[in-house]
Amino acid sequence: MRNVFLFIRRYFNFLFFLTLEIISLIMLFRYNKFHEAAFASVAGEFTGRIDQKYNNIEYYFKLKGTNEDLVKENLRLRQLLKENYESPVQRNHLFYDTILDDSVKKIQRFLYLEAKVVGSAVSTQTNYLTLHRGSNQQIHPNMGVVGPSGIVGRIISVSQNFSVVMSMLNRHFTVIVKLKNTGERGKVEWDGVSPDYVLLKDIPKSAPLNKGDSILTSETSTLFPPGVLVGTVHEIIEDPSSGFYTARLKTATNFYNIQYVYVTENTQYDEQKALEDSVKKKLNE
Amino acid sequence: MSDLLKNIIRFALFILVQVFVLNQVPPLHRFVVPYLYYLFILWLPFTLPRVWLSFISFLFGLTLDYFMNTPGLHAAACTLIAYIRPFTINLLISQDGSDKNYPSPSVTSMGFAPYGTYVLILTLFHHGLLIFLEWMSFGSFLFFIGKLLATTGVSLLLIFLTELLFFRKEPFRTNTA
Repeated sequence: MRNVFLFIRRYFNFLFFLTLEIISLIMLFRYNKFHEAAFASVAGEFTGRIDQKYNNIEYYFKLKGTNEDLVKENLRLRQLLKENYESPVQRNHLFYDTILDDSVKKIQRFLYLEAKVVGSAVSTQTNYLTLHRGSNQQIHPNMGVVGPSGIVGRIISVSQNFSVVMSMLNRHFTVIVKLKNTGERGKVEWDGVSPDYVLLKDIPKSAPLNKGDSILTSETSTLFPPGVLVGTVHEIIEDPSSGFYTARLKTATNFYNIQYVYVTENTQYDEQKALEDSVKKKLNE
Repeated sequence: MSDLLKNIIRFALFILVQVFVLNQVPPLHRFVVPYLYYLFILWLPFTLPRVWLSFISFLFGLTLDYFMNTPGLHAAACTLIAYIRPFTINLLISQDGSDKNYPSPSVTSMGFAPYGTYVLILTLFHHGLLIFLEWMSFGSFLFFIGKLLATTGVSLLLIFLTELLFFRKEPFRTNTA
């Protein structure tokens, strides 16, 4: 026993170093579980508050760009107003079956909550944004985040007043997308090369794809409302050996100056997830 | 100003500069990430016990991690350089007891070439571990080597500029007189 103590005393520095190193690696590789459980709320509040102080100054310098984005968004939404369109003369009216109440009533599937971006980064391989809205303001993990001009990311952790978004410019982020014209589905990832471009994959070559095509979020995505702009095709990377396109997309969102975002809540997320998981469980049995 | 107070201020300043200045710089290339914050560990006094050195560095790395949402990544790299720091200093410092006469590692206390080597070795170890951990989850070998070299170059440049801009007066203290 004495020798054990002597050994520990002799190599205390090295053992202490090993312990710290192991603690940090455990934190790194078990990011979500450990992070959620231990420090997310306290540390999130603290760093969020400092981010917010910094953003108070930074925001002033980006007002112009923010304003332009909002005007463009308003313009796009105004174009969609019912009053702008003239309906053709209709002789055949549609009648709804009044016995089935629910067929007329529409259920809102996605709710929008506005949030201020207080912290953001584009320079690393795993970029995150901080929002000034947290669990006290109805934010919880696994909500989608869209900006005035396109999608931004997903919520991965929350504290009381702040939340952290994994941005589209993160090597772990994927989103299911579709072509605007023909509806073929694929996925979008980031390859870490440039914050202006993301990669589009898994679209079959049977579909027409041209430079400048819009890529939207798909109906199968559980996080984002369908039809939100993800990006436009900047260049198609030639690969004759594959039956699928690989293309570089220009992101719709400008991650350098984003200041306001909308957090989208899928009201049927839990239900859908539970159903899909139960199928997986049944297959495994 | 006492050493303790000075280092507490440096702790906060280095974190803030790294998070709100250097990380906000628009990226030139994916290999170029400006890292300067670990200079805090390089500047810690000679007399600090090794256990405290490790612990402070771990805490320092972890603080940056919480700002960047990567718990453990920078903490691991900082702990590593804190552990190898005493060995590097022992190898490089002149044997006439500079580490007793001067408070902390600098060009004045160690000389230009040894101090430069000291910075280079710790920078390589710090970036090496940092980029190695990143490389494990994604990336190719070219990514590892390219990023290591580019980031080390940028860091050395930043440290050189910092040393010129914020020249530290190192008082010569001796107990022989």
